Amino acid sequence: MADPLQGAVAEPGSTPAAATAPAASPVGSASSDGPSRGRRRRTLHGGTSIWVALLWLGPALLLIFGVVVFPAVQLVRAAFSKYSITGLRLGDAGTTNFKNVLNHSSLPTVLANTVIWVVVVVALTVLISLAVAQFLAKDFFGRKVVRWAIIVPWAASLVITAKLFTMIYDYYYGTLNLILTTLHITSGPIDFLGDDRWTMASMILVGIFVSVPFTAYVFVAGLNAIPDDVYEAAKIDGARSWQIYWRITLPLLRPAMVVASVLNIIYVFNSFPIVYTLNDRNPGFLHDTTITFMYKLAFKSAEKDVGMSAAAGIFNVLLILIVVVVYLRTLKWQEQED
Amino acid sequence: MAVVTRAAPAPMGTRRKVGWARARRYVLPLVGLAVALAFLGPYIVMVLNSLRPSSDVVQTPPTFLPRTWQWSTFGDVLGDQRFLNWLKTSLLVATSSTIIVVLVAVPAAYFTARFRFAGRTAFLFLVLVTQMFSPTSLVVGLYREFFDLNLVNTYLAIILTNSAFNLAFAVWILHGFFSSIPKEVEEAAHLDGCSRFGTLTRIMLPLTMPGVVTAVIFTFIAAWNEYVVALTLMLDDAKKPLTVGITSYVTGYEQHWDQLFAASIIAIIPVVILFAFIEKHLVRGLTAGSIK
Repeated sequence: MADPLQGAVAEPGSTPAAATAPAASPVGSASSDGPSRGRRRRTLHGGTSIWVALLWLGPALLLIFGVVVFPAVQLVRAAFSKYSITGLRLGDAGTTNFKNVLNHSSLPTVLANTVIWVVVVVALTVLISLAVAQFLAKDFFGRKVVRWAIIVPWAASLVITAKLFTMIYDYYYGTLNLILTTLHITSGPIDFLGDDRWTMASMILVGIFVSVPFTAYVFVAGLNAIPDDVYEAAKIDGARSWQIYWRITLPLLRPAMVVASVLNIIYVFNSFPIVYTLNDRNPGFLHDTTITFMYKLAFKSAEKDVGMSAAAGIFNVLLILIVVVVYLRTLKWQEQED
Repeated sequence: MAVVTRAAPAPMGTRRKVGWARARRYVLPLVGLAVALAFLGPYIVMVLNSLRPSSDVVQTPPTFLPRTWQWSTFGDVLGDQRFLNWLKTSLLVATSSTIIVVLVAVPAAYFTARFRFAGRTAFLFLVLVTQMFSPTSLVVGLYREFFDLNLVNTYLAIILTNSAFNLAFAVWILHGFFSSIPKEVEEAAHLDGCSRFGTLTRIMLPLTMPGVVTAVIFTFIAAWNEYVVALTLMLDDAKKPLTVGITSYVTGYEQHWDQLFAASIIAIIPVVILFAFIEKHLVRGLTAGSIK
């Protein structure tokens, strides 16, 4: 059982363990997996190293620079430019666009919405997914069917799911209101997408609904990567099930947890279709997150300002960068504390 | 692991365990049914809505089941040449993007996992930053770039975009897998006269198959469901992918909710099939690996 290959051939759950290494500390991880052979190291330290590297990394670099970095540079350029309402570049704008974003009257609301949206969706998604994954790891009749069922919200496109939920939430024709009134839970229908008290909660529910499948899948893989003998040893030692879960499963699930939460933070923060579709008929920015705020600045607001939208886009990228780096730093710091 | 407290097994607990062992045969499938229903529920509504005329979808009071069953929707959608065009685009774009991502990510991940070189850290950091960009936030820049390259309205533009934005995740996951394989395995292959490339394709790839499979399914799903870039770059109706195309079933002028939902269901099926197929592969990869 102590096969050295075990980690390699385990399900993707084992992946996160190693995969997060470059994320958490690109510098630190470099020392752990150096060149495999001395001879190769010598060649790589010679002048050819960069060319050999380019041969292997070239296609990836080409794609990243061509389709991600270049448009990003265009975005930066746009952020410092002035545009007409029809999208024509009029000239340099200096930092006006950035100032306009920072002074925008809706910015505090939008930022607060973003925080609520990301924190609540990610936290509840992780909690629910943990439970779902734990359940799916058990062996029972029909497990495969349940696994396939959970894939569906992940397999369906977000636009479609969001459109479906506008139908389900609908005040007049919605299935949810039909269920609630039939079961006498509410006396009358609720305007889930029009009533300001309900809009955010309704969007969050859909956000969790579409995030759980992927997250649970990462956790199932993580659970499968934990060797059975660890559990057996604990059982022989007389550990109770909650002790096993708290002291063994959760700590060993940590790498999967890091990957799941980092990816979820990125996806949920960048999530566009749900907020955009469900919030479609509400005017203003009352329920927008920074991503839809950015899009509306360019295409839907009274301003129709490409430059300002680009500036907001840059703030978005910086914000997510900071959040992820801080999150990973905190984790590393905790790890050292333990 | 070693911190588990020792406690004498209580006889009470054992008895309870026996009762639970009997009950779980029935309880677990029931909970499973509830979980499955929770995730399928909205899509059951979708199926029901695809089986009723559009006018019935938006009629008060709402009903759970169709007032009139309309079985022709799926046939209508499958016979619609526009729909078939969109389906073709989606299949083409998702498949090509997935192939490109695997071909590009495998060498990059393998090389960064095995060798140290100037710029290795920079490359991994670049990959990590790429992961944080969404095509949505860059769509203005993307449009300008592809317009200059005369690639607006081409399959190539969205294939390249999907490949580039999914590359980071694939490199990330494969890097982890390659790192976790002991170097001795490769050295043995080398001693047996295997070339560097041969080691990668014959030894490393089979061992990291679960990682490749994960990268494949993530990329395929993401490309299959991509919306914003295709919406902006594909102007020709016949070349639109499903996600963009089917929204034209419900517009300000015509509301074909039934067709929208039927088309959506058809769009979900290939991904679910792919997953079902690949999950088997995952398990096979596991057992094949443990023989060693």
